[in-house]
Amino acid sequence: MAIKKFAVACYDDEEVLFPAVKKVRNSGYKLHDVYTPFPVHGLDGALGLKETDLHVAGFIYGITGTSTAVGFMSWIFCSDWPINFGGKPHWSLPAFIPITFELTVLFAAVGMVLTFCYLNQIMPGVKKHVFHPRQTDDLFVVALEINDHTNEEEVINFLKSTNAVETSIQVAESEWWFGRWDKKEPYELA
Amino acid sequence: MTERFEVPARLRNTSLALIAVGVLVLIIGGVTMLGGHDHHDKTRFWLVLLQNSVFFLLLTVASVFIQAAASLAQGGWIVAYKRVPEAIGANVWVFGVIAGAILIFIATAFDVDGHNTIYHWVHPHGDKILEGKSAFLNKEMFIGFTVVAIALWSYFGRKFRALSIAQESAPKNSTKIYWTVFKWSAAFLLVYALTQMSTIPWLWIMSIDAHWYSTMFSWYTFASAFVSGMSVIMLFVVYLKNQGNLEIVTKEHVHDLGKFMFAFSVFWTYVWFAQYMLIWYSNIPEETTYFKMRQHGPYSLIWYSVFIINFIMPILILMARPSKRNYFTVSFMAVVIIFGHWLDFFIMTMPGPLGGHWVLSWYELGIFAGFAGLLIFTVSNTLSKASLVPANHPLLKEAMIHQS
Repeated sequence: MAIKKFAVACYDDEEVLFPAVKKVRNSGYKLHDVYTPFPVHGLDGALGLKETDLHVAGFIYGITGTSTAVGFMSWIFCSDWPINFGGKPHWSLPAFIPITFELTVLFAAVGMVLTFCYLNQIMPGVKKHVFHPRQTDDLFVVALEINDHTNEEEVINFLKSTNAVETSIQVAESEWWFGRWDKKEPYELA
Repeated sequence: MTERFEVPARLRNTSLALIAVGVLVLIIGGVTMLGGHDHHDKTRFWLVLLQNSVFFLLLTVASVFIQAAASLAQGGWIVAYKRVPEAIGANVWVFGVIAGAILIFIATAFDVDGHNTIYHWVHPHGDKILEGKSAFLNKEMFIGFTVVAIALWSYFGRKFRALSIAQESAPKNSTKIYWTVFKWSAAFLLVYALTQMSTIPWLWIMSIDAHWYSTMFSWYTFASAFVSGMSVIMLFVVYLKNQGNLEIVTKEHVHDLGKFMFAFSVFWTYVWFAQYMLIWYSNIPEETTYFKMRQHGPYSLIWYSVFIINFIMPILILMARPSKRNYFTVSFMAVVIIFGHWLDFFIMTMPGPLGGHWVLSWYELGIFAGFAGLLIFTVSNTLSKASLVPANHPLLKEAMIHQS
């Protein structure tokens, strides 16, 4: 949770966005994030984002589901409530497999969705500052993190030189927060 | 943009040596087994030929299937190494002729002291169950389906390659041939569904245990053949890369092929288990005999090895992203998977006729080597006949910039 200062540039086409992102990364300004109305192929590469570890989390959730299912069913059918099904042994692994499989998938899927939401700071009832209302509609928004020592005019001129259609300086909360949408704005730098 | 592949002398000599091993083993086996008096040996001689020829035929047909599926899905990534499945598919007829001859011989002329020990249904008289099945399980049906299926597979395999090569000299940016291939692919999927995915495994393999049946069987055989087919494509692609060919193939393409190997290993296990579990659960004696012999009987060791090699190993080794992008891991796993599914075919065919008298020794491995040599020889020969890059293909650029 920190109030920060941002220089924001909006682009109206992804053809313009890619060279702009490249220029920003070469310029030395600190890139906060890029907001696009739809998933742009190759943007993660252009931003230099690292491969996510989400799949490692998924593996761990899956294993948790597997062991929960096998452990729970073993406990039920062997010690808590043993029933004779057609003369089969109490601990009949083949009969457990479908449920084990389903629970593995369920744990992995639900766990990964929640982790994904956490990593992207999206969740029902959770707020994030919106740099431009049209960033979910038809504008590609690039936010640079700046501070009090930054020459604002220079940043804006630089962003305009990358063919931005709209630029602004904003002071905003950089992380997500719980609360109502009308959190007090404008923010003040701490 | 063209890229020629010349078969290196070393590869040619290795494949010829493997073929020589196969032929030598076949001759020695023929003399010792067919000339002997042990009826198990006579059965073993033909059964091993059946197992290997069918395995290699279905595995090559899988290459035709992946081409058809990719064309219909308009998948671009496969275009980068399209010539490899094409070359395998163009050689379906070689394995088709061999397998067809062996199968038809077994169904019509094979005889041990008045019994057909491999296909019992050839003489159904006096056996209520086999008499009931004889409307489908009879020699005419068997020969008819065998000939038609092999002819169609071979034709489609050669057709796809011919069309793809014709694209090279087609006018630039012409998509005429592309859409022709699209239509042929739809036709092939229908053919494939009615043969490999249903009738053919029933006739060729499931009818070895003629009293038993399973509705999952053809899917299970398809999964086996398909994952082995993808592994063979992977081996050729990695080999060509190592030779400095296939410049446009990158780790991204290898990654996607690895995904296929991984996914269809899991799919194989899914179908394999679906077949097993229903029979285990209902516990009807006429169905469980099939698994009693395999799981608890003399084949127990192979049964569990097949499960470990075809499921545990791929899922643990191929799951991680870096291992699918590593040329060594994927080629190692390709060899393991091919061998594992060869063992799977072994356990599909052997128990019925041979029972506890099974052998896995010089003859079995020698015939396997012979077929592997034949595959390498014919496919590398075909690969050298045309450019490795399918120039002028509408999706070539998409394939080159592919990211998995």
